[in-house]
Amino acid sequence: MDGLNRITNMRAIEPGARFTHLPPDSRAPLTVRALVFVLLLCLGSVHAWAQQNDQQQLRGLDEQVQEIKSDALSIAQELNQLEEKLLYPSGTQVAIFVALSKGDAMRLDAVRIQIDGQLVAHHIYSFKELEALRKGGVQRVYIGNIATGEHKLEVLVDGKLEGGADFNRTEHFTFRKEVKPKMVELTLAGPSSGNTPIALGEW
Amino acid sequence: MRTARKLIGLGLAVGLSVQPAMGIDLKDLYFGEALFHATQGQYFDALQRLDTEVAMYRGLDQPDLDTLHYHINDAEFSVGDFELSYRMHHRAGRAIKAVLEGAVDEAVRNEAAFRLARIHFQKGQLDDALNALARINGTVPPQIKDDVEFLRANVYMATGRPSEAVKVLEQPRSDPSLTGFVAYNLGIALLQDNQPLKAIEQLDKAGQLTASDPAGLAIRDKSNLVLGTILFETGNFERARQVLDRVHLEGPFSNQALLRAGTSETSANQYDRALVPWNILVEREPTDAAVQEAMLALPHAYASLNLHGRAAIMYGKALDLFSGQIKRLDASVDSIREGRFLKALIREESRQDETWVIRLRSLPDAPETYYLMELMASHDFQTALHNYLDLEDLQSRLTSWNTSLDAFEDIIALRRQNYEPLLPEVDGQFRELDSRMRLRLEQRRHLAQRLKSMLTAPRPEFLATADEAMAGERLTLIEKQLGNSDSPESVALRHRVARLRGAITWRQQTEYQERLTAAHVHLNELNTQVDVLTKEYDEFVRMRQAATHSYVGYDLQITRLRERVGEARQRVEMLMARQGHLIETVAINQLQSRRERLVAQQTEARFGVADSYDRASRAQSTGSGPAVPEIPAAEETR
Repeated sequence: MDGLNRITNMRAIEPGARFTHLPPDSRAPLTVRALVFVLLLCLGSVHAWAQQNDQQQLRGLDEQVQEIKSDALSIAQELNQLEEKLLYPSGTQVAIFVALSKGDAMRLDAVRIQIDGQLVAHHIYSFKELEALRKGGVQRVYIGNIATGEHKLEVLVDGKLEGGADFNRTEHFTFRKEVKPKMVELTLAGPSSGNTPIALGEW
Repeated sequence: MRTARKLIGLGLAVGLSVQPAMGIDLKDLYFGEALFHATQGQYFDALQRLDTEVAMYRGLDQPDLDTLHYHINDAEFSVGDFELSYRMHHRAGRAIKAVLEGAVDEAVRNEAAFRLARIHFQKGQLDDALNALARINGTVPPQIKDDVEFLRANVYMATGRPSEAVKVLEQPRSDPSLTGFVAYNLGIALLQDNQPLKAIEQLDKAGQLTASDPAGLAIRDKSNLVLGTILFETGNFERARQVLDRVHLEGPFSNQALLRAGTSETSANQYDRALVPWNILVEREPTDAAVQEAMLALPHAYASLNLHGRAAIMYGKALDLFSGQIKRLDASVDSIREGRFLKALIREESRQDETWVIRLRSLPDAPETYYLMELMASHDFQTALHNYLDLEDLQSRLTSWNTSLDAFEDIIALRRQNYEPLLPEVDGQFRELDSRMRLRLEQRRHLAQRLKSMLTAPRPEFLATADEAMAGERLTLIEKQLGNSDSPESVALRHRVARLRGAITWRQQTEYQERLTAAHVHLNELNTQVDVLTKEYDEFVRMRQAATHSYVGYDLQITRLRERVGEARQRVEMLMARQGHLIETVAINQLQSRRERLVAQQTEARFGVADSYDRASRAQSTGSGPAVPEIPAAEETR
């Protein structure tokens, strides 16, 4: 797509020019013709956005859209902090993240997580999400509140191996919640990678 | 600050221009979460996450203890990249300018200047783009070397300096992905520089480059199409036809190429040879401008070959087509005015698939888009459309934030309702517990002090056991009862009392060290208990604070946020209306321009039908032609 944009950005000749009724004797010298052609090239996008006024309006709007985006991001930032303070105070906050082991070819289909026997997250992965995980992204699959102390974590992973065989694994962990926010990272890997299928990392 | 900028710059050097911070050894989960969103094209979410994280990091007393510290340079640049991807060029530009103004390595500064120049070029700020490019000197990272020069040439061409563009483009390049674009752009630059012969030679080369990917094939076809047109315009019909024949028959430029190939033939009076490309073309998508031109050109060629009957039939078909397409265009304009075009554009698919607006044309339920493929593929339209989609996304976010604020207020009210009646009683119990605990702690402190002083000034009586203390008290009582009596029994009893007291004192004195050690052990054991108690006490204090913090102090912030959300919603609605109106206006203008052309073509076709019938009739009456075909239904009804 980027490549095609580069072509259109070159303001190439405008399709739709009339060739069917050119008078046969209207041929100008090569240089003049070339100049006319260059002019046509320069006017390439005029047909698409005929009015200069439209373009100016578009640019003006673009500036305003950028401004409102900036404002919205600032609101979102404040809202995030408020939400965290109000709903997930640090004393009880727990967040669970899912990552894929680097270079792992397993196709992750779903993850199910229980804390102290309670189902807290059950996520089915889309193609885009899986790609994002494969490229090193980390998904926050759950954020919630728990009391300080020891907790049991049960993780169930469903997926498919490179050859198409089904893969599922359940692991049980124990983690300790302190006064500060607790972050738990689950790094998932297929059996062929040689890594632990579900590795727990605590932050 | 200088160090920070340098570090930021180093972040740039690790190749963020292509894939922001991908493949790094991740140490901060929230940064990873931002990447997770960005990779899926959810730039608002990515920015929201990363902005918050970076702001929190900046607010820390000891940021070097935070996990983001490991990625802060990448994070700063990722913010810029995400802003660019989210079409926030101003903010992205400011971020890059900050790098340029910082004390960073030459390579880093050059890459930043390149990125800034690219932003300016995309925004049509050509002077600024040139200024940014002028800042590039010295070491340029090898991975962007060719891109810099390609951009420089594009800016020169856009600013009307083709000779300088030619000089740049003539330099050898190592990046194979740019070969086709450089070759084509050089041809165009030569044309602009008034060197048509060299331009023809160059475009000929560009049109014969080896290509296998869609972009490479497209640029090759484009070169051939442009070259064929130049050759046609200069009267070199035979060569124009040969060049146009090189255009791939299924490619995006094939319709134009077929049209011009036929035109080249007719210009050389080879009407029969023009029939081949045009007969292929008239069978294609009837909304395409080239196909519509061919619908008229084909009967014209038949007429030129004296096949007037055939010409009349083809003109009739063209007339039917034009009438049908005019109706379709009218319906499309009405449909756009009713807002269906915008609805079609903002369907969910457009968020999932970038090429979706182009594919809209093939959907039967979106007739208003049939004529707008070219428009929809244009850069300006895409910007307008993405802005509209972004605004729509913002609108739904703002609506949901408003709902969230309502929910927050409900939560706060419920918490207040729940805690306020409970807290006075809890506070009363806590105060009592607190005073008891303070007393015990004071007693413990006093005991500890006493034991400490006993290390230097032994006081064995302080370490008496309970039995000893009781015995001592009883002896004192007996002594008191004996009073000052001098009776022999009393004297004997006083002696016994003194002996017993001596025994107790003896024991206390001899066991003093052991008792002192045991007292210290017991005091330490008490410390453990006190620690547990203190921990529980602290937890209680924390929970008590958390209870208060869960509903106190939010009102002002929520009111302010609600005002900001409301204001932003109004602005978004206003901008959406204006952006949507502009998109619709441009689309309608485009359709009306196509309609005008179709009306003119319809008139030409109508004239062509009549003229062909006349000629066919004349030919039949002189006995030199075939039977006159029946008049098409569409023409009869007119």
